[in-house]
Amino acid sequence: MHDLMNVSYDTQIPNNVGLSSDKRVLKALEKWHPGYINWWNDLIPDKFQQSLVYLRTAVSVDPKGWAKFDYVKMPDYRWGVLLAPQVEGRTIPCGEHAGEPAWQEVPGEYRNLMKRLIVIQGDTEPASVEQQRFLAITAPSLYDMRNLFQVNVEEGRHLWAMVYLLHKYFGRDGREEADDLLRRSSGSEEAPRMLGAFNEETPDWLSFFMFTYFTDRDGKMQLESLAQSGFDPLSRTCRFMLTEEAHHMFVGETGVGRTIERTCQVMKENGIDDPYDTDRIRALGVIDLPLIQKKLNLHYTLSLDLFGQEVSTNAANAFNAGIKGRYQEHRLDDDHKLTNDTYTVWDFEDGQVVRKEVPALTAINMRLRDDYTRDAAGGVGRWNKIIEKAGIDFELKLPHEAFNRKIGVFSDKLFDPDGTLLSGADYDAGEKGWLPTHADGDFIQSLMVQVTEPGKYAGWIAPPKVGIDNKPGDFEYVKLAMA
Amino acid sequence: MTRPLKQHLIDPEICIRCYTCEMTCPVEAITHDDMNVVVDASKCEFCMDCIPVCPTGSIDEWRVVTAPYSLDDQFAWDELPAQEELGEGGEAETGLEALDDAMAALLAEAHAGAGGKAKAPATASKPTVNLYTLGKPATAKVTGNFRLTADGSDNDVRHIILDFGGQPMPVLEGQSIGIIPPGTDDAGKAHLPRLYSVSSPRDGERPNYNNLSLTVKREPQGLCSNYVCDLRPGDEVQVTGPFGATFLLPSDPEAELLMICTGTGSAPFRGFTMRRQREIPRNTGKLTLVFGARRPEELPYFGPLKKVPEDFMHKLFAFSRLDGEPKHYVQDKLRDERERVAALLQSPKAHVYICGLKEMEQGVEEAFRDIARGVGLDWAALRDTMRDDGRYHVETY
Repeated sequence: MHDLMNVSYDTQIPNNVGLSSDKRVLKALEKWHPGYINWWNDLIPDKFQQSLVYLRTAVSVDPKGWAKFDYVKMPDYRWGVLLAPQVEGRTIPCGEHAGEPAWQEVPGEYRNLMKRLIVIQGDTEPASVEQQRFLAITAPSLYDMRNLFQVNVEEGRHLWAMVYLLHKYFGRDGREEADDLLRRSSGSEEAPRMLGAFNEETPDWLSFFMFTYFTDRDGKMQLESLAQSGFDPLSRTCRFMLTEEAHHMFVGETGVGRTIERTCQVMKENGIDDPYDTDRIRALGVIDLPLIQKKLNLHYTLSLDLFGQEVSTNAANAFNAGIKGRYQEHRLDDDHKLTNDTYTVWDFEDGQVVRKEVPALTAINMRLRDDYTRDAAGGVGRWNKIIEKAGIDFELKLPHEAFNRKIGVFSDKLFDPDGTLLSGADYDAGEKGWLPTHADGDFIQSLMVQVTEPGKYAGWIAPPKVGIDNKPGDFEYVKLAMA
Repeated sequence: MTRPLKQHLIDPEICIRCYTCEMTCPVEAITHDDMNVVVDASKCEFCMDCIPVCPTGSIDEWRVVTAPYSLDDQFAWDELPAQEELGEGGEAETGLEALDDAMAALLAEAHAGAGGKAKAPATASKPTVNLYTLGKPATAKVTGNFRLTADGSDNDVRHIILDFGGQPMPVLEGQSIGIIPPGTDDAGKAHLPRLYSVSSPRDGERPNYNNLSLTVKREPQGLCSNYVCDLRPGDEVQVTGPFGATFLLPSDPEAELLMICTGTGSAPFRGFTMRRQREIPRNTGKLTLVFGARRPEELPYFGPLKKVPEDFMHKLFAFSRLDGEPKHYVQDKLRDERERVAALLQSPKAHVYICGLKEMEQGVEEAFRDIARGVGLDWAALRDTMRDDGRYHVETY
């Protein structure tokens, strides 16, 4: 009997799933492993591959063991297969099988649906590493560079998690899908990543922070709903991934917060009270608050699109089958079947944005998106506190869900951030005030300079309040390899 | 007055509301509203499961309070309130050296010689305390047990190396851990842990190994010291801690340290010195060690200490039983070097540490008083200032 808590290092692949006694899967993963290492090595610039990065590695899935910090070269990072401990007697939490014992194997009738969900989730993990591959070159500090690499190696581990499920439970199809996860590539013409938002480059650090705040939060919500899956290995995998995903939320929220803090500080130091005095503010080398609002508008709305159509039969099927639950399903107090319930969604009827009751089952996506919006609003509130504390009259807002949408009921219409329907001419006139322009992008790009002295930060961002792993301010989070 | 309480809190300015702690807490003491994640003081059992899982560091916050902050208090916070000044109560009750009463009392007694409530150096790293408790100890494996004193000596001091494998054991130099002796007392109850200062630096006895060392003297009737001194490689030991939140090394490389010890009181200073050597080996002229023993062969780490360059650490050895020599104690060495000591007492960068047997306190205090008087200073006032500044530390037993 293998140890289900501590990570075993007796195979090339650290794991707590007893790989050493599961020869078939071990062999398949070992065959997949070199391709993964090649993918990683081709991706991140060599200088950073050779650097020592202060990373956390899980040595156990017990709370005390999953955050062990040490210097490691990224290609030597111990990517592994880690599942949260099995809960004795766990039952399927939702849908028509609610209350039956959770599945330890994939039920044949749901095999394809399940495989597709795992492949879509798996595809996003390497995609974000690809999107962020050049950011280290303009890291505003060693602290931020370390955080970027931590996000990257953990996205890599999340790919491992999904590949394990594919190899273990989906036979030859699964192996082919796992190979395809390395074949597709973000932004590629021939073989792009599956979801649109994961084919855009992450061009600068503010975009990275916005991405980790808004887009990784979609990932978090998807993981939350998969953690409720009746397929127990998927649930356990996602539960452990969520503990890692929390770090990505942290990088996003504090990154944007520190950017705002620095802007407010420089405005105050220079006697600027008007947040719209953008030329003067930009001349001081910090990012004006209206531009931060525009970046927020863009990343939030791109992320909303990731939730799919407001009314979806696929989502209904996945819930009904017990494959995917709702956010915190176990805390919801209803019959967990939703057969006769309704849910209010946005719709567009007779030229009007309206709220409409639809069968709750078909509104599963919308419900998760609403939970997402609530979750995302919390951080925006914190950012506003920073602005308020500095005494600047400005408030960041999440735009209306109709704004800038490419998927769903609003996708073929034009709206302003308040959700007012606009003519093409009005939209064109307003757009540059709502979404980042190329000129805005160029300005942000002009601030992106690498800072590699321990404890120093680029001029556009404030230092963090506390270090990683309680380290002091001038801690050398990355020992850069000399070229 | 009701007894002060140690309350676990979350810093709302740093927390990002990921709820990982809430999902981890085994007793559901953590909850949240739309703004803040909070800890219910009536439910938290200090198991520390939530501490490592937090991605932000916001969770490791503690306050000593006379009445605990309610959930509503905490929901309303934009920032964490400062620690209130608690006039009443000794260090054991109002300090955060340890969260369990027995260990807090032991440390408070050890620190009593500083003449007031101990404070950590301003630039010390943040210590972790109470990660492992009597109910949930860590298991360490003994990987070394070496005698430090000469074979002929009746003084048996041991260098013990413990490895923690996959269990995190974040100790800072100057902190202690508890060792639980096996078996039960006459009343059939498990023995309480005994405290030992860690003698290795924070990154391990061997760098990047999850191990630490202790310096333990065999006491004739000592239940735990005999147990520890008899341990063999491969044996497993139950460990609590870490403990201690004030007798710590300042991170400031400019800080000057005057370290005064006898016997196994050298343990924390070995950690201090090794930390400095590993981190800033070219930082010379900042350390002074005054070390007392009966004879050189009874002075733990005498060999390795002699190899530390004199410009890195100025070393003064006081031997009280050398054949044909007058008896020398640490206070005599302080007086011999009164100019150096006086300069240190007047430097705002200087930190004084005293560690060893209780009996040494008085002699050292008198030497300081005389040296201070010699430069026109009042020792009691100077000591209080230094202590309140986190620059005067006593740990004696």
